[in-house]
Amino acid sequence: MVLDANWAVKWLTLCAQAMAEHRVELIELDRAIGDSDHGENMDRGFQAVLAKLGESTPETPGAALKMTAMTLMSKVGGAAGPLYGTAFLRAATALGDSAEIDPAAWAAALAAARDGIVARGKAEPGDKTMVDAWTPAVDAARAAADGGSTDVLGVLVAAAEAAEAGAVSTDPMVARKGRASYLGERSAGHRDPGAVSSALILRAAVGAAA
Amino acid sequence: MKKLINDPKSVVAESVQGFGLAHADLVTINEDPIYVTRKDAPVAGKVGLVSGGGSGHEPLHAGYVGRGMLDAAVPGAVFTSPTPDQILPATLAVNSGAGVVHIVKNYTGDVLNFETAAELAEAEGVSVRTVLVNDDVAVEDSLYTAGRRGVGGTVLVEKIAGAAAERGDGLDAVAAIGERVNANVRTMGVALSACTVPHAGQPSFDLADDEIEIGIGIHGEPGRHRIPMENADNITNRLLEPVLADLKVSSGDKVLLFVNGMGGTPLSELYIVYRRAVQVLADAGATVERSLVGNYITALEMQGCSISVLRLDEELTELWDAPVHTPALRWGM
Repeated sequence: MVLDANWAVKWLTLCAQAMAEHRVELIELDRAIGDSDHGENMDRGFQAVLAKLGESTPETPGAALKMTAMTLMSKVGGAAGPLYGTAFLRAATALGDSAEIDPAAWAAALAAARDGIVARGKAEPGDKTMVDAWTPAVDAARAAADGGSTDVLGVLVAAAEAAEAGAVSTDPMVARKGRASYLGERSAGHRDPGAVSSALILRAAVGAAA
Repeated sequence: MKKLINDPKSVVAESVQGFGLAHADLVTINEDPIYVTRKDAPVAGKVGLVSGGGSGHEPLHAGYVGRGMLDAAVPGAVFTSPTPDQILPATLAVNSGAGVVHIVKNYTGDVLNFETAAELAEAEGVSVRTVLVNDDVAVEDSLYTAGRRGVGGTVLVEKIAGAAAERGDGLDAVAAIGERVNANVRTMGVALSACTVPHAGQPSFDLADDEIEIGIGIHGEPGRHRIPMENADNITNRLLEPVLADLKVSSGDKVLLFVNGMGGTPLSELYIVYRRAVQVLADAGATVERSLVGNYITALEMQGCSISVLRLDEELTELWDAPVHTPALRWGM
């Protein structure tokens, strides 16, 4: 298995599929502590990414992610548009024009994405946001890539599992950023929709390599 | 929930099309990407005013495009901020060379998207100033939240900054007037029922028949406290108390009192609230010099209202009284 442009296209296609399948679930999560639009926006954004992939085939993983960034930024709106747009753009920049991604490069791309989200959204771990999915994913990817591992599937799986656990970890948190923060203590007991959509994206990366 | 729509996906596009047809004498509609400009934009030598945000708050913002108020409005999907690829062309379309002021309600999504668009506009040589509206006193702990939200005060900022731009103030002066309005206005809202976002198909939160939410925003998000239903006078007292305390309203102050409906409350009830609010302000020694009562910044069909108090000075009063001709607000011309 190599993580090349074909893999990237498959990953983004699976992201679109996951957002369509989980649209209602994300709307429901957002209904509880936000404004009911996250599932609709993510579905609309990744459908637009699919349409772009139908128009032209990216030559590198970095090019695919850059196209995704620009599309999400212009189609998603809300906070998720700029945040995911920035994440994909920073990841694309980190990958450069290399044709294939090795475990260390994947860990570096995830770290760049997470840093972009933090720079734009100013959220820290524990604020009940997508950062709580991305930060453990970055740590797990780095650990899996440590020592020059060549197991690309292993690093993808490690990141996805950590992001999923990170999303679950937002349940008891009290939101300090984003729309849910207006609820104060009442935001506890609900899972953060942005952390869930982040985990779906990293899980789709595994699916594309399987 | 029954809605007078054709397809949840086409709600914003079809509504904006109808708006354009109904007000073809005042506004021009751009359909892809969606934005609305004043018919005679760009107005030579005038600072351009652009606002925008999620749809569902009508008549905000497109209803305020016209002479003496906004030059452009950028509607996003329902309760979702617009994107930079809409905000940028709207900004460029109303720039006469005098620069553009973005009026942005303080929500994470609106701030991020307008920030990006402003950077892109600056890169194209257009000077942009941003006025952030955050008049909502319901957000008590702004250190541990995304900060106070932009609510009712937004309408007042758009009217008064719009009048300043119309009389020929420069870019920094228009932005400063907008900031002065924001610094002198506070708002608090209540919901008697939730609202239903078209694509979600069910209410944004669950509220029992005998409960109300105090401290709501305008996106159908729940508020800070849920309490048993009370009568209009008591609810009015409850809303005004934090507004007056935070604004430090004192004896001799002249104010503008704005009672805003959330979309599903009849005007008759808003006047009952207004009546009590005038009494409360009189008890505090303040005089209501100007008023606005009606559905001006809504949350779809939500029942409820917000009360805004703006402390007036001579210049703000003069700018409030200045002629305005938009689809939703018109006087003096």
